[in-house]
Amino acid sequence: MTEKIRTASRHISRDEGLIFEKSSPGKRAFDLPPLDVPETDAAKALGGKYRAEGVTDFPEVSEIEVLRHFTRLSTWNYAIDLGMYPLGSCTMKYNPRVNELVARLEGIATEHPFQPQSLSQGCLKIMQMLERCLLEITGMDSITLQPAAGAQGELTGLLLIRAYLEQQGNARKKVLIPDSAHGTNPATAVIAGYEVENIKSDAQGQVDVDKLRELVTEDVAALMVTNPSTLGIFEQRIADIAEILHARGALLYMDGANMNALAGVARPGDFGVDVMHLNLHKTFSTPHGGGGPGAGPVAMKKFLAPFRPVPVLVEKSNGELALESDRPQSIGRLKAFCGNFGVLVRALAYILAYGPGVRQSTEDAVLNANYIRKHLEGAFTLPYALPSMHEVVFSDAQQKTKGVNTMDIAKRLIDYGFHPYTTAFPLIVPGALMIEPTESESKEECDLFIEAMRAIAEEAAQEPDLLQHAPHSTRIGRLDEVTAARKPRLRWVRGGSGAAS
Amino acid sequence: MRYLPKSPAERSEMLAAIGVESIEELFSSIPEKFRLREALNLPGPLSEAEIIEYFKQRAKESAAGYASFLGAGVYNHLRSVVTDTIIQRGEFLTSYTPYQAEISQGTLQAIFEFQTLMCQLTGQEVANASMWDGSTATTEAVLMAERITRRRRVLVARSVHPEYREVLATYARNSGLTVEEVPFAADGTIDQVAIGTALGDDVAALVVQSPNFFGAIESVGVLAELAHSRGALLVTAVAEGVSLGLVRPPAEADIVAMEGQSFGLAPSYGGPFVGVIATHEKFVRQMPGRLAGQANDWNGRRGFVLTLAAREQHIRREKATSNICTNQALCALAATVHLTLLGKEGLREMAQQNLSKAHFALTELEKIPGVRRAFESPFFNEFTIALPRPVESLNQQLLREKIIGPLALDAFYPELPDHALVCVTETTTRDQIEKFVSEVRMAVALAGDRR
Repeated sequence: MTEKIRTASRHISRDEGLIFEKSSPGKRAFDLPPLDVPETDAAKALGGKYRAEGVTDFPEVSEIEVLRHFTRLSTWNYAIDLGMYPLGSCTMKYNPRVNELVARLEGIATEHPFQPQSLSQGCLKIMQMLERCLLEITGMDSITLQPAAGAQGELTGLLLIRAYLEQQGNARKKVLIPDSAHGTNPATAVIAGYEVENIKSDAQGQVDVDKLRELVTEDVAALMVTNPSTLGIFEQRIADIAEILHARGALLYMDGANMNALAGVARPGDFGVDVMHLNLHKTFSTPHGGGGPGAGPVAMKKFLAPFRPVPVLVEKSNGELALESDRPQSIGRLKAFCGNFGVLVRALAYILAYGPGVRQSTEDAVLNANYIRKHLEGAFTLPYALPSMHEVVFSDAQQKTKGVNTMDIAKRLIDYGFHPYTTAFPLIVPGALMIEPTESESKEECDLFIEAMRAIAEEAAQEPDLLQHAPHSTRIGRLDEVTAARKPRLRWVRGGSGAAS
Repeated sequence: MRYLPKSPAERSEMLAAIGVESIEELFSSIPEKFRLREALNLPGPLSEAEIIEYFKQRAKESAAGYASFLGAGVYNHLRSVVTDTIIQRGEFLTSYTPYQAEISQGTLQAIFEFQTLMCQLTGQEVANASMWDGSTATTEAVLMAERITRRRRVLVARSVHPEYREVLATYARNSGLTVEEVPFAADGTIDQVAIGTALGDDVAALVVQSPNFFGAIESVGVLAELAHSRGALLVTAVAEGVSLGLVRPPAEADIVAMEGQSFGLAPSYGGPFVGVIATHEKFVRQMPGRLAGQANDWNGRRGFVLTLAAREQHIRREKATSNICTNQALCALAATVHLTLLGKEGLREMAQQNLSKAHFALTELEKIPGVRRAFESPFFNEFTIALPRPVESLNQQLLREKIIGPLALDAFYPELPDHALVCVTETTTRDQIEKFVSEVRMAVALAGDRR
């Protein structure tokens, strides 16, 4: 390890038990204003449905204890705010704080979805503006902001396809999915009532177009393609792919998880995509928040618009905006109310900050990925040589010979102060290291990452044991996941194990 | 651009290091004809001040300053600034799903605490973290019941939130499930006689909501017995979680699908909220969504880790229990902090205030000639009234007084014209209730005169 490389060091990290273990009867952290009406006798009002004893073992702590408890817990997390978070396919970019502020404004955060639409014009204008921006970025004709996340966006897209094909007389049976796809794609196709047929990628890691031509029969409803693929490579024959599908009456669905490689540079609507989803929590910077919330708007060509989920945002002749639910051709409702509105607000704030400059952000994301690729080639095996866009995928082939795998490298990266890249995905690359720096990383941060990765490659050759037992700098080491799954303990129980059988 | 950390010189240096002349070259894999030549037609770029100004303008075109009697699945409750302070910490806000347990213990332990709180509230043994909202949680609970029972018919109470039922219909359409509605009885709860008729050995689940959409509290224990008598599971949706501070938990239900919006989340025009599925231990492997479990590290130290991932899409792909990936983690954290702040006493007091204020409002409304309580069942903070005139026009009049009136039920229930769903929480003041009641009294009297 050279002196130059910064490694992680510990700072104050207090042990902190479960909140339930700190509880003591009679403490409280929340006061309500006094009741200003006569108190109702709950036992009488609720009869046999009265919970006389209250919630057993619910925490009883004070405000300072709550604040410290969660603040201490927070210090055990890695975060974008602390450094590079190069999770491939996750697009962990900077989350601007102004977006948090505007989503919390009175008049935005306070609005009720069933309030009169005459009092909701502000919210509806935000939705309309976001719709317009996303249509411009994707080059599509129509959009829905309803889906709660990418996976629900996928379902929406497939249901739109199904509804359209049904109208044509045959919903068809199968959805084709490349073997490099995200797991949500096949899981979603099943919920939409389709069988999944996997397509093997060709030697370049691209959709095998000849194979596709054979597979697209009258039974095929759609191909779900991620573009750029999960290898970070643009599907160069995307127009041919679209043509093959369309010639047989099938449609092209694009998983927009990797839109961070395209925004401002190329538009799916221009290269034959019929319907696609966007992950606002990836490309459009709404915070991942430890796993959500997200939002998965679905953009489509005109012929799919009649089938959009309800409610649909419409502009009335007097210029007033409204949400319409009476749409006979609609695929129905995906979630209650009108999308993850608070997430939509943040995404619009992000887009407004860039405007047409979103192209610069895409360019920087691609620049970072290629810069890292250039400096790590050789140290790690590059299984597919086509040009990378916003992410690069290596394999652990060289390190395997020393008994070190991608997970070991990832864990060691923690000791250097970085969050690991995505491990073991996509599945078509054995021992994958999937690295997506995003545009949010400076040259300095990229250089530090490169140095760390190169140092780890050295260590893998010299002291594989160091990697196999990494991380060494965290407050806990690798956890026994096998026992955790075999004898799950999924909640705290007073004096008990909390085990689930 | 203030979010981009590179100078022009650094960009040039990096391009040179890669060995390309221009950034264009890095996009050479996109066929020429698909590469945009012109800048996108987008508004902006805006400075931070301009962004704030734009949204402040939008925020003015809102219901700010109105008193509201709307609930129907989205509730106004008090929130502590502590909750927002915690969830805005970058370590929580800007972290990913905690797959790398060693550097995600904060999120993982908070999830474990969330799961525990949800079990305590619902009387169930395991709870996930999380589903998108109450409506999708209810749908996922039904799909889970289908997997457990391998049956294909589902009975859903008509008194379940109409939009929850619509979501279920969307998902059921292509999954081979048949969904049938069970009517409500004269007291607003599910019609038990109708259940008896509809139940058969092919029913996977009976789905109810409690308190239901009309505010009526269902007899979960009785319904569970009924469902179990024919081998069906009881799925109970809970849209108003604060009720669980005073109302017996749906412990007898096989699966509870809960909306957690009431636990510290702003109405936010309908989302993001947080859904939860809670169930018995024996069903855990059929559950959708993420679970954190306790585990030890190599030195025997206690930690937490995502577990039972063999159910999930990233492992099982087309055989997964659900397609859910991104969930509502930060909302679950907010609920965890909020409920911890409330604690045992605070939750109970909040629930008691809701109960008292709603009962006070009903008592006052019932004094108006022509206004009556529609259903006699016990209720928590929402109740249904029948009015002597259409609700919509009443609400138009209330708007002039800066009051957003109760939800007109006829949009969802044509069989309930002139019925309104009134919600009163601890945030509704006595003054607001009294003003609302007096406006209703006047509006009803006026309408009576005209008749």
